[in-house]
Amino acid sequence: MTVAIKVENLSKKYIISHEKKTASYETFSGSLIQTGRNIGNRIINPFRRSETALGKEEFWALKDINFEINQGDKVGIIGRNGAGKSTLLKILSRITEPTSGKIHINGRIASLLEVGTGFHPELTGRENIYLNGAILGMSRQEVKLKFDEIVDFSEVEKFLDTPVKRYSSGMYMRLAFAVAAHLESEILVIDEVLAVGDAAFQKKCLGKMDDVSKVGRTVLFVSHNLTHIGKICSKAVYLEGGEVICSSSLNVAISKYIERDINGFEMAFKPLVDGAVRLQSVSVLSKDTKGVFLSTFNKELVIDVEFNLRLELNCVSFHLGIDTLLGVRVTTIDSKFNCFELEQLMPGVYKLNISLKDMKLMPGRYSISKFMIRDQSGEKACFLNNMVAFDVSDDLYQAPVGTGIILGEANWSLLK
Amino acid sequence: MTISKQNFQFTIEAGKAERHYWQDLWRYRELFYILAWRDISVRYKQTVIGVLWAVLRPLLTMMIFVVVFSKIAKLPSEGVPYPIFVFAAMLPWTFFASSFSDASNSLIGNSNLISKVYFPRLIIPVASVFVSLVDFIISFVILLFLMAYYSYWPTWHIVTLPLFLGLGFFATLGAGVFVASLNVKYRDFRFVVPFIVQLGLYISPVGFSTTIVPEKYQLLYYLNPMVGVIDGFRWAISGGSTALNSTEVLVSGVVTTMLCLLGVVNFRKAEKTFADVI
Repeated sequence: MTVAIKVENLSKKYIISHEKKTASYETFSGSLIQTGRNIGNRIINPFRRSETALGKEEFWALKDINFEINQGDKVGIIGRNGAGKSTLLKILSRITEPTSGKIHINGRIASLLEVGTGFHPELTGRENIYLNGAILGMSRQEVKLKFDEIVDFSEVEKFLDTPVKRYSSGMYMRLAFAVAAHLESEILVIDEVLAVGDAAFQKKCLGKMDDVSKVGRTVLFVSHNLTHIGKICSKAVYLEGGEVICSSSLNVAISKYIERDINGFEMAFKPLVDGAVRLQSVSVLSKDTKGVFLSTFNKELVIDVEFNLRLELNCVSFHLGIDTLLGVRVTTIDSKFNCFELEQLMPGVYKLNISLKDMKLMPGRYSISKFMIRDQSGEKACFLNNMVAFDVSDDLYQAPVGTGIILGEANWSLLK
Repeated sequence: MTISKQNFQFTIEAGKAERHYWQDLWRYRELFYILAWRDISVRYKQTVIGVLWAVLRPLLTMMIFVVVFSKIAKLPSEGVPYPIFVFAAMLPWTFFASSFSDASNSLIGNSNLISKVYFPRLIIPVASVFVSLVDFIISFVILLFLMAYYSYWPTWHIVTLPLFLGLGFFATLGAGVFVASLNVKYRDFRFVVPFIVQLGLYISPVGFSTTIVPEKYQLLYYLNPMVGVIDGFRWAISGGSTALNSTEVLVSGVVTTMLCLLGVVNFRKAEKTFADVI
């Protein structure tokens, strides 16, 4: 397999200046005065360090990062805000230069750091397609060839000759994404462009990106939405504080990302308080050595919740939510639905035992991400998020091959 | 772009952007046309009289010049009808004034592009200079009508006009590119540029002839590259009846070359950090 992108010891430094308190841009006169002052200081005190150096601070957005991406890989770049994802993309797209290090790129690279870059509000949809195409690096000929496809995808045919400033934001986004989606390049770099637009639009875009990746093109995709990344990517680079924590398969990278308590997602339980309830512990059947709760595939899932109630409540019911790693809700269980409702609950310490018999979670990592106590009026006495994670293990290799969240139980029959 | 798919490899490395630069500039030539076209087509959108503005503005300016300099101040026009005398100078001057101020603001005006897409940044100020060239052509047609009205026929001198236009173009480009890159970091130039343009009108021989400048200051005066350009225009259009000496053209050429070199070198140096500071 050939390497599409090879990043070697890449670093990027920004200088943060603390002198400017009001003006966000340096002024020419300001720098003249500063220079004058420095010269003055030099004359008065030639051995003191220059004053400007004191007000400036170095900030390493990327620190000596290394990774390789093979041709045809779909790689998600994950990490919290400020981890250096955007800086990395900017360097890859040649918008800004690295401070040191190298990137070898094999293939034409197209980057989409923003949807609709360069769209001019006064120009019509048709004109903007050509303009945006050229800005993204397409030739007029190329745009002409793909024009109908772009228009089809964007669904704005009726308004092609209307200035885009009169478009609804949805139409605008669709048109902008449509142009970008038809870029021909071996490597496609995409920054969080799906954060906007409605669900239908996002789905369409993801579908398009999936098509793109099927033709064997290399895709680099940044998103905060792990579900989106999960839909497209098979590998991931996890950045943290400007360094690569791991560059591997998607699941490994995401587990690492989540292990580092990134989403406020806890591996070990910490007591939580909400209103009149103090949650003392949440546990799942047994504990493994690393402190991760473990449940076995195809066995009953048992969850214990210990809480301290400080108020008297009436007509109490309990709710609990289980999520996947990517934040997709697997199930919400509601005690009221299971005919478990308490007329009165006095203050005190309680231990709630929940046993799920027919929940066949596939092996993998899940989280108990919601716990709620409701009382009579339907008001939440307690609402807690992201409490604890647990693994479903498959030591006996019973789980069928394949992916998914839940193992379905079915009756099969065959007729002829 | 039509890049051959095979062996399209490159390396991004600190300080190594130079190698591809001029190659990229050629590859992105279409973007250059499109940016110029965008600015032109956007300019008269949502105006009632549209392109007529391009005709009205120079005509009205010319009339004011005629009234102020010819009728009131009674400045000499070296035997050429004063409207033609003024208009011939206004052509290059207006071109300089508008493209210089457009070019110097062009990078900031396109900051969204600079921070989101890669392309050789030099395209932006150069495209904005070309935009003013369109206005220039419209004004030139007006001049032809004016000459017909005064039955003032051009001689062979007119063929030298492209030469002076080229000189003016590069003088503008050099100055525009230089100030554009400074403007990214130092926003002061937003205030400096209109001032230069305003002042420049008085220190360039637009409303008057270079001959009224005292002899001993002439050489100093020629340092303004537009002096050579404007006098050249006048000379080419009037068929040699106005004065033009080789010194002013030469000085103008040298200053223009220096401006261009300074502009481009400075631009290339500053370009790397555009996305970080804009």
